[in-house]
Amino acid sequence: MKKIAMNGDQAIALSWKQVDPDVVASYPITPQTIIVETFSEYVADGLVNTEYVCAESEHSAMSICIGASASGARTATATASAGLAFMWEVLYVASGMRLPIVMVVANRALSGPINIHCDHSDAMGARDSGWIQLFGENVQEAYDNSLMAFRVAEHMDIRMPMMTCLDGFIVTHSLERFEPLPDDVVKSFVGPFKYRHSLLDHKNPITMGPFDWTDYYFEHKYQQVEAMKRVTPVVNSVAKDFAKISGRDYQIIEPYKLEDADYAVLAMGSTAGTLKEMVDELRAEGKKVGSIKLRLFRPFPSAELAKMVEGLKGVAIMDRAVSIGAEGPIFPEARSALYDDKQRPRLINYVYGLGGRDIRPEELKHVFNQLIHNEGDTVNYLGVRK
Amino acid sequence: MASDKASELPEGGMITEAGSSRKYLTGDWRSKRPECDELKCTNCLICWIYCPDNSIIVKDGKRVGFKLTHCKGCGICANQCPANAITMKDEVG
Repeated sequence: MKKIAMNGDQAIALSWKQVDPDVVASYPITPQTIIVETFSEYVADGLVNTEYVCAESEHSAMSICIGASASGARTATATASAGLAFMWEVLYVASGMRLPIVMVVANRALSGPINIHCDHSDAMGARDSGWIQLFGENVQEAYDNSLMAFRVAEHMDIRMPMMTCLDGFIVTHSLERFEPLPDDVVKSFVGPFKYRHSLLDHKNPITMGPFDWTDYYFEHKYQQVEAMKRVTPVVNSVAKDFAKISGRDYQIIEPYKLEDADYAVLAMGSTAGTLKEMVDELRAEGKKVGSIKLRLFRPFPSAELAKMVEGLKGVAIMDRAVSIGAEGPIFPEARSALYDDKQRPRLINYVYGLGGRDIRPEELKHVFNQLIHNEGDTVNYLGVRK
Repeated sequence: MASDKASELPEGGMITEAGSSRKYLTGDWRSKRPECDELKCTNCLICWIYCPDNSIIVKDGKRVGFKLTHCKGCGICANQCPANAITMKDEVG
């Protein structure tokens, strides 16, 4: 199919139009608003059959999604920043009830001080909530991830809610050329929604979300732990199917020019794209560097990461969020992933881009150079005026 | 429920059987049990009206006993009894 120009949010709305979910319940919040705004136009124009609920808050939006999904409906929503934070309580209900809700998060900083621009604090705050989390680099990936998410979340081995993340403004509001798939191809890729149990199935009455006491709660949490372990193979097999229809091949964690590299920088989201440019420039200068794009954050691909950095001398982990009192959120997980490897590379952390602070190419070059010259602290704050 | 293992339980705490609450004997929670002095009881049935767990057994218009499978021992019956016929006794063992 021919390439068209859309911003990230419009591309997400288009993906929903093609999937035609049964229910979308949402509350608009910058920089996600264009998604639900565009999609509500599709609803108003009769281009989809979706029941669209404009909720009075994000807490309500997610609660409506939970009810819809429990009744056996394919359900999607979108949010960002404070909206995701306001959903926090019900995120756990969605995952605890094992409902395959698909949600797009347009990554934005959390207040305060109030800020509407990109960082990953919102999604990182939900990392323990039992949701699958996938990050995209650009408009194409945001669109592709949105489609794949339905297949992953709804897979019968998993049945878990899934978040696909795109960088606020940088991807949500930037016009990019991308290649959507034809409607019928999307339809057959996603397939009809299936459920195991539905609250509306009066012939097989069930109770969902009952009080779970000391005698069973732990077992139900353990079920989620086990189900999360089954996610990676499903993400991989869905990506394989997706490659067949799109020609675009996605991995949960993607290396760039790592084969003979000594040093690498890892990032999630749009920064992974800038990193590739920097790798090309430094390679032209004869430096043996590469980069790593982390796509799947939950479940965290510990084994895959450990294998990928084998033989490297140094790796910098870029975190567009900070756990105040610790370090960036990816860093400790990456370090933990390498702990058992005696030949592990030096691993350092760069917290960057908070509140939408631009990450400039020369800053990334500086990170590579610090790695190469064995400089830099364990945790560094890139681009901040100290 | 056939199994209590995480690998065999319905996911997410779902209850897949209708009416299973009948098997849930909330009388297990009780630390005190009501006892009635039959000589003082006037069969006014105020205990029956107040009991939040439907645990006063009434037959032919008369209070005949307590349904201890579901009596949680809250003591409302003893508290409300106008004849002071009901007293709460510690469960032993």
